[in-house]
Amino acid sequence: MVGEIIIDNAVKKFMSADGDEVVALNGINLDIKPGEFVSLIGPSGCGKSTLLRLIAGLIFPDGGRLTLDGKEIKKPDCERGFMFQNHTLFPWLNIYDNVAFGLRARKIYKEKKHNVDEYIELVGLKGFERSYPHQLSGGMCQRASLARALVGHPKVLLLDEPLGALDAFTRMNIQDEILRIRKEHNMTMIMVTHDVDEAIYLSDRVVVMSARPAKIEKVVSIELAHPRARSNPEFLKYRGEILKLLNYGGKITELEYYL
Amino acid sequence: MNLFKKIIPILSAVLAIAVQILVPRSSLHPQSKPYFTYVLIGILSVYLIFFIASFRSKKLNEKLVYRGYFIGGVILFFNILNLLTAKLALLPILYFPSLDRVFGVMAEEYDVLIKCILYSLRLLGLGIFFGALIGIITGICLGFSKSFSYWISPVIRILGPIPSTAWIPLVLISFPSAVSASAFLVGLAVWFPTTLMTSSGISNIQNSYFEISGTLGAGHLYQVFKVGIPAAMPNMFLGLFNGICSSFITLVTAEMIGAKYGIGWYINWQKEMLSYANVYAGLIIIAVLFSVLITLLFRVRDRFLNWQKGVIKW
Repeated sequence: MVGEIIIDNAVKKFMSADGDEVVALNGINLDIKPGEFVSLIGPSGCGKSTLLRLIAGLIFPDGGRLTLDGKEIKKPDCERGFMFQNHTLFPWLNIYDNVAFGLRARKIYKEKKHNVDEYIELVGLKGFERSYPHQLSGGMCQRASLARALVGHPKVLLLDEPLGALDAFTRMNIQDEILRIRKEHNMTMIMVTHDVDEAIYLSDRVVVMSARPAKIEKVVSIELAHPRARSNPEFLKYRGEILKLLNYGGKITELEYYL
Repeated sequence: MNLFKKIIPILSAVLAIAVQILVPRSSLHPQSKPYFTYVLIGILSVYLIFFIASFRSKKLNEKLVYRGYFIGGVILFFNILNLLTAKLALLPILYFPSLDRVFGVMAEEYDVLIKCILYSLRLLGLGIFFGALIGIITGICLGFSKSFSYWISPVIRILGPIPSTAWIPLVLISFPSAVSASAFLVGLAVWFPTTLMTSSGISNIQNSYFEISGTLGAGHLYQVFKVGIPAAMPNMFLGLFNGICSSFITLVTAEMIGAKYGIGWYINWQKEMLSYANVYAGLIIIAVLFSVLITLLFRVRDRFLNWQKGVIKW
């Protein structure tokens, strides 16, 4: 089994506009087991996207180490697929060529050609191969970008609020598809989200982060069998716990009066 | 109503022919064969062929209905111009020769004019080809390489705005032949906007395109050719478009140096001779030539950039 990520004391600093140093991540430690689904949740500015970009190799830590299966992460690589909030499909390529982009870049298109059709079908876009991104809806584009990230069989899939820009129903549909794909291919997935329900619905563990200083507040293990019902009392208990950690728990007080 | 729109050009052309035949020529204008009548008859017959064909083809029909007013209007404009010049002599005769004479120049001096067109096309072809090629290459290097940009972009900012006439002395001594010197001037005019737009196109590409291609396993060079260049393509075409337009402007200047033939050279020469009928004939040829070239460029762009339908429009 592959796809184990170890984050060892990761530090990341940025320069603010005034030239001051801002610590975005202050010594993050996190071990992610192969095949695990981990969500990063927290207020904006807590560094969850920074952490994800570190894992992707798009930026580099100022201290500490990140490894995938024991190898240090030094640059973006096809081992770690990435999916942005905006679909970032290349507008000049049709859906087929977008999905095939990674295979062509790695010069393995000829051998892996059949995978392109397979993954387009997997995300439900069969028949749209020749369409350009601007001709499709946001949900369809996001599916295509999921197929593009998956077709090269990455060990790890990194999702940066992948469903944030979609409507609630499309979002729930794609959530189920992500679970299905994960079950079939058993890859490690790490997702940044703002949506507590989404995090609980999908994850094995939810990493709750806090802002300034950016650190891990608590790691909540979700011990529920799939498929999970969003209205299950256990589900709601996790929801309450995570919201409370994020300081959105609210006060449950006795009602003083009815209107 | 639609049929009426299609008939307008016919009415307008018939009216113009009637004016041409029935209204006597002003005695102030020199006599000439009625070339304008021939042109009108030519236009009318071509239009009639389209008119008849439009009853068979829906697409052609829509086009003619849409263009009806415009074609009619253009013919009317020439009709009025003809009245003001040849018929009534209301405009200064030296500067506003009759349309008969302007079209007469094209008919009688066609051998010289065709030679001029070919010479100009050769010059434009050389200049545009090399200017665009070097422009795109410089633009790509500027967009992708910081150190190239550090050294070269100030040079471009200095060289770009210098008018082509100012180059003439330097160009004359630097190039072995008049053709290469003129082609250099035309190329320079194309090179500047192409470079500028290409590099700005590349630096405006969303960074996430490069990031995502990195996570898909694309190396640096692959990103340049498969992400950077296609993403900057709309801008490159905009630069090419601007470049080709300024190459037309430069053509007249470029043909001032030692040209034997050329449409710009022809206009310059005839202007000095005060033969304005010939100047106008040259201008009409230049206008038609350029609009054909621009239309070709648009066709090429539509082929290359059909993905951006609905994304960007210009």
